Amino acid sequence: MSILSSGSFWAFVGVVAGIYTILALGLQVQFGFAGLLNFGQVAFMAIGAYTMAILVVKEGWSTWLAAPLAVVAAAAGGLFLGLFSLRLRADYFAIVTIAFSEIVRYVATNETSLTGGSQGTIALGPIGTASQYNGQWSRFEGRVQHAFGFSSSDATMLAIVWTVAVVLLALTWLAMRTPWGRVLRAIRDDEDAAASLGKNTFAYKLQALALGAALAGIAGLFYAWEFSFFSPDDFQPLLTFFAWMILLLGGLGRVWAVPVGATVFGFIFAGTRFLNFAPFTWFASDQRAYLRLIIVGLIILLLVLVRPQGLLGNKREMVLE
Amino acid sequence: MFLQLVANGLVTGSVYAIAAVGVSLVYGILRLVNFAYGDMMAFGALIAYGVDGPLHQSMIVAALAGMAATAALALALDVVLWKPLRARRAGFMSLFLASIGLALVLRQALLLAAGSQPRSYRVNPYRVFVLGSVRLSEQQLIAVAAAAATIVAVGLFLTLTTVGRVLRAMADDRALAAVAGIDVGRATRVAWLISGLLAGLAGVLAALVEYSFDPNFGFQLLLPVFAAVVLGGIGSAYGALAGGLALGVAQEVSTWSGFAGGVNPVYKPVVAFAVLAVALMIRPQGFFGQARVG
Repeated sequence: MSILSSGSFWAFVGVVAGIYTILALGLQVQFGFAGLLNFGQVAFMAIGAYTMAILVVKEGWSTWLAAPLAVVAAAAGGLFLGLFSLRLRADYFAIVTIAFSEIVRYVATNETSLTGGSQGTIALGPIGTASQYNGQWSRFEGRVQHAFGFSSSDATMLAIVWTVAVVLLALTWLAMRTPWGRVLRAIRDDEDAAASLGKNTFAYKLQALALGAALAGIAGLFYAWEFSFFSPDDFQPLLTFFAWMILLLGGLGRVWAVPVGATVFGFIFAGTRFLNFAPFTWFASDQRAYLRLIIVGLIILLLVLVRPQGLLGNKREMVLE
Repeated sequence: MFLQLVANGLVTGSVYAIAAVGVSLVYGILRLVNFAYGDMMAFGALIAYGVDGPLHQSMIVAALAGMAATAALALALDVVLWKPLRARRAGFMSLFLASIGLALVLRQALLLAAGSQPRSYRVNPYRVFVLGSVRLSEQQLIAVAAAAATIVAVGLFLTLTTVGRVLRAMADDRALAAVAGIDVGRATRVAWLISGLLAGLAGVLAALVEYSFDPNFGFQLLLPVFAAVVLGGIGSAYGALAGGLALGVAQEVSTWSGFAGGVNPVYKPVVAFAVLAVALMIRPQGFFGQARVG
């Protein structure tokens, strides 16, 4: 049980919850506010992380130039996906978005010369060298740690990720109170009504998709910096489903429900690592990994069955239909 | 070489087609895009493996056992999951998300029970039949024949029998069918029964054709199957057949060297989606689907 009392472990859980908050916030914009059933959110995370790593390692760019461009690339991915799929029926749109995320993963796995292939970012540089994309980031983290007197680099990362997450949450909260945000929610509730009032619903939905994709791109950047290495396997569809679970755990159509959902998810996911009591001790540790995902799946099922507006959601604002 | 690729494509496409009919049928009745279908296929394949391997039964008995078990699973899931969701009038989003949760539970339960190691049925993959310039293994021929027979059987069932007509009436308008005195609950169970049988069959055939399989393989098949369903027009059985075959052939033929050097075979799944994307741009309702009004 020693790991449970270790600060760095809980800091890690907190960092992951912060990254998931940003990822699921994108989904909240797309689904909770615009009603778009995006099941390919992880693709934009992958585009963000890979764009940054490739520009830094292969092109020698500064991290501070590469990172914003990576977010733009993720948003552009959202625009591209939306342009040819937003006119589809909701069920076809959902399928096409999953397909898109799998295509991105296939390309990342197989275009070895661009992405390092299945070996991951370690193979980004010339053969025989182990490439690193986070040198500048680590120095920045070190300066922040020194300036604010954080006890460890884990604590520093925790503070940075959550600062960014809170800023993004606040910006999204404000954006949803602008006329733009109100039109978005009007489209979600009745697209024909919004269109009849002269709103270009396609453009609004496209913007929501791109904005959510940009948020996923930011989550991808922090994912890359936190783990110092990633490969296409990190961007399985499972991650998108985790984000959906966070959305449901928190509540639909509410910005501040997202960090609550992500934190609960973080505790469930980290907590289930320590199922070291019967009946879980009957299983080997690799089998317990399967058990964790069974629990995640059961929670999704239970939420859909029992509380379709999410734990903190407002039934009048939005219910999962 | 070209003909061989077409033949291989028809084999893969046959498996897609069977699964696509199963997905499409349930969608027509329940408006459920069943994300757990691939894992139901894996369940059937694994049950058949248990009957074929440890129990030393013939492959036919094993396949039938796999189909029966998958159908039983589908019916049980209707009682514990889909029926309560229907009772609270869950819409497309809830159903889809629930099927994602179910897919996670099913696949991880299979991994927990059976382990992740690859396995194969006790069949000889080296028995090859030569038809002109095309060579097909026994398993590949069985897959094509079984698919053809199954699709014809399902097609006849839907058009000629009373239950089949009830299912089509419900796919058209569930509320109207209920008002007309149709036992909606019974018809739903029939749809799940057939869908489960088809999932089991598709799982066993996919495992035979791929020779080696593990509990994850159903999920890898799921997205091409979805693409086939959408291509054919969701809710249409013959559309699913055409979509499955077209997709299987397109995937294989894309690797033909005469076709601009051919696509790298690792991109076969991407080809499936490219075909789907182009098709949806031309006909957003799928090739056999009907445009919805409103």
